[in-house]
Amino acid sequence: MKFLKYIFLGVFFGITFTKAEIISWYRIYEMFRFESFHMYGVIGSAVVLGIIVVQIIKRRKMKDIAGNEIVFTPKEFTIPRYLIGGTIFGLGWAMTGACPGPMFVLLGNGVLAIAVVIAFAVLGTFVYGILRDKLPH
Amino acid sequence: MESIIEFIQQPWPWYVAGPIIAFTMFMLLYFGNNFGLSANLRTMCSIIGGGKSCDFFDFDWKKQTWNLVFAIGTIIGGFIAHQFLSPDTAVAISESTKANLETLGIANPGSDIAPMELFSFDALFSLRGFIMLVVGGFLIGFGTRYAGGCTSGHAISGLSDLQPASLVAVIGFFIGGLAMTHLLLPYILTL
Repeated sequence: MKFLKYIFLGVFFGITFTKAEIISWYRIYEMFRFESFHMYGVIGSAVVLGIIVVQIIKRRKMKDIAGNEIVFTPKEFTIPRYLIGGTIFGLGWAMTGACPGPMFVLLGNGVLAIAVVIAFAVLGTFVYGILRDKLPH
Repeated sequence: MESIIEFIQQPWPWYVAGPIIAFTMFMLLYFGNNFGLSANLRTMCSIIGGGKSCDFFDFDWKKQTWNLVFAIGTIIGGFIAHQFLSPDTAVAISESTKANLETLGIANPGSDIAPMELFSFDALFSLRGFIMLVVGGFLIGFGTRYAGGCTSGHAISGLSDLQPASLVAVIGFFIGGLAMTHLLLPYILTL
């Protein structure tokens, strides 16, 4: 039963991503060509509201459902890991028009070939795990 | 009631979707978790036994079950939206994007959620389809774990917490995305 809330939240998220066309390959292509405001509006408004939400949580020392204070762990700041990894991710994002959220939503939309993308994304993650110690971070 | 459903069936504008994404992040924080979907790819590696050959996947993946359940929810949500809330799956992309895609040989750009000639199992047997689905998927999985997060983990969660690391990651997302869209895709799509 404790997982039911995640199902509901996921369903709401999946409907939103479909109806707002965030899962559309065309929308991502158009975004990287700067030919529409749509995706910038989606990400921009989410981040602006997200900043407000996080500030409120921190200042009011809000607690989660279990009564523990919500804490944010800062990511260790280095450049290579985020820049190189981010660039590789960006290449794949623009190619498939899907990131790790939308790829699941697309599956629900009946775009079954996206299962190939998911399978090779799992493989890519696995190969990163193996090469991790040899890569600059 | 009918008019409400008709209203929902239209494409949703950005100012509806953005706040819902922020709300989703807040709810996951409130549930004691973090918003970041690429973690599921690592969890899947662990479930299929990756921990035996690589300690990066040797962790208690059961603590990530909530995230897999959330992902399953998004599949169901996609199904519901597609079956019941989308009488028209066309995407109203800009005329200039359409014109550009037509020059690259994409038929009827925007007539469906994605160019189906690329997103089908048949496409796997063409060079461009194989590259886009197989290489594209690999780059996403490799890059997101290398960068420690994807669009949800860095662009939304990380930027919301004003993390400098996430800003660098998002700059990387755009370097890669712009290079792919402007330099590589024009060649790949016409292979």
